[in-house]
Amino acid sequence: MSAVIELEHLTKRFGAFDALGPLDLRIGTERVLGIIGPSGCGKTTLLRLLAGLDAASAGAVRIDGETIGGPRPDIGVVFQEPRLMPWLNVRDNVGLGVWDAPAAGRERAITAAIERVGLTAFAHALPRQLSGGMAQRVGIARALVGSPRLLLLDEPFAALDPLTRLALQDHVLDIVGTAVPTTILITHDIDEALVLSDRVIVLHGPPARIARDITIDLPRPRSRTSPAFGAFKAMLLDELVPRSAVTL
Amino acid sequence: MISLQRTAGALRTHNPATPHDGIIATPQRIAAGLAPLIVPVLLLGAWEAVARFRLLPAYLFPPPSAVLAELRSLAFSGQLALHLGRSFERVLAGFALGAATATLAGALTGYSQRWRRLLDPTIQSLRSIPAIAWVPIFILWLGIAEPSKIALIAVGVFFPVYLNLMAGIANVDRKLIEAARVYRLRGARLVRTVLLPASLPSYVTGLRTGFSLAWMFVVAAELMGASQGIGFLLLDGENNGQPALILASMLIFALAGKSTDLAITLGARRVRAWQDILENR
Repeated sequence: MSAVIELEHLTKRFGAFDALGPLDLRIGTERVLGIIGPSGCGKTTLLRLLAGLDAASAGAVRIDGETIGGPRPDIGVVFQEPRLMPWLNVRDNVGLGVWDAPAAGRERAITAAIERVGLTAFAHALPRQLSGGMAQRVGIARALVGSPRLLLLDEPFAALDPLTRLALQDHVLDIVGTAVPTTILITHDIDEALVLSDRVIVLHGPPARIARDITIDLPRPRSRTSPAFGAFKAMLLDELVPRSAVTL
Repeated sequence: MISLQRTAGALRTHNPATPHDGIIATPQRIAAGLAPLIVPVLLLGAWEAVARFRLLPAYLFPPPSAVLAELRSLAFSGQLALHLGRSFERVLAGFALGAATATLAGALTGYSQRWRRLLDPTIQSLRSIPAIAWVPIFILWLGIAEPSKIALIAVGVFFPVYLNLMAGIANVDRKLIEAARVYRLRGARLVRTVLLPASLPSYVTGLRTGFSLAWMFVVAAELMGASQGIGFLLLDGENNGQPALILASMLIFALAGKSTDLAITLGARRVRAWQDILENR
């Protein structure tokens, strides 16, 4: 069952600067929604509103009918950087995701989350002993450990090398397919959005507004080289880099 | 010579470091270990020579051997343990009081803008009063006995600990705090789980500075009136014209201060093992 996420006239201003909206959007049956847009268009502002890290200037975000008023246990966030606490080992970092959950089952949930990202052997390692990809997997485990209804991914692969990025994309696809009702992926990588998403929103801005809303009905697993994939890619590229703007 | 060094370098690269590597005493290691001793030994030699050849009067400038003899007699008569113990008690009590209040105040002002606006300006202006200037009022309020001495040491310890902890907390990576907020860490739990560990390196610097100041202020406290303590020995040496006793007391301070500093540094290394820094490579 996917969660229903609703944005209603969602608006964010920083002083006199209009950063976002008003945005209206309903995410229902899609498991993965990709949000793509150029740098500075307001993607991260949107993510912070969804995560409850910032308050909206007007309008609201709702998850299954409840207004998001602050960080919640049922919303997991993975940032561009792993953002692990360097003094806590892998297990304790993952444990931060459920510190306020009932004690019964907490340890088991942590063990399961670490196992899910394939780091059981590193449960007692410190972050400085991990590679970039491993550290990001710990960040994913920390977001998953509380069994969130909504998983927010803020360019989670952007800081990784290309090979690690491809491997982790497949890994995340595997996880969201089984463990998470709804995932919102924020990215500026068209391929990434197309491989992972059921629906892609193109944002323009600031202030961020929806320029295009596309359902990606490509069969899974997706081939990055199929003609249909190429057609979607051309469509998105056209949306993001209008021909008229290219004056090379 | 150059070719020899190169051979040694090549051999080293082919012998990966083993866990026992740190114990093997190569000539280079011994030389490096002895380097810090060169200057003190030269100074001692010069000092002994000045005294031996009567370049300065012996009643003002006793030779190192006389100072050592003084130290030995202090140690064997039990005086050293008594006076050092007394000073150390004062240092510990003053340090504990000063560091505890500084930790509380620094954690509050580092974490909360509101507390910083409320407390920090007052604390900063109190800081510009030299710690020694508190002596008269402490004696008036607390008497000449232990409380005024401990209060003086606590004042000296407070400021470096407070400033370093506040700066350490205020400089914690915003991204880590944001991650902690996503996981609903707030208030005292945020301080304990994120802010204190992250500011620990800076906090340890404050504690080290604080402890060395505690040794400084125990002298001042004991000079203002005490019947026991290393500071008292100093004063006793001055009053009775015993330069060997004065120099022996100074030496005791140097050794005691160095030992406690080393203890803090070693203790801190254990809790800082997570840091991805040169020291932990």
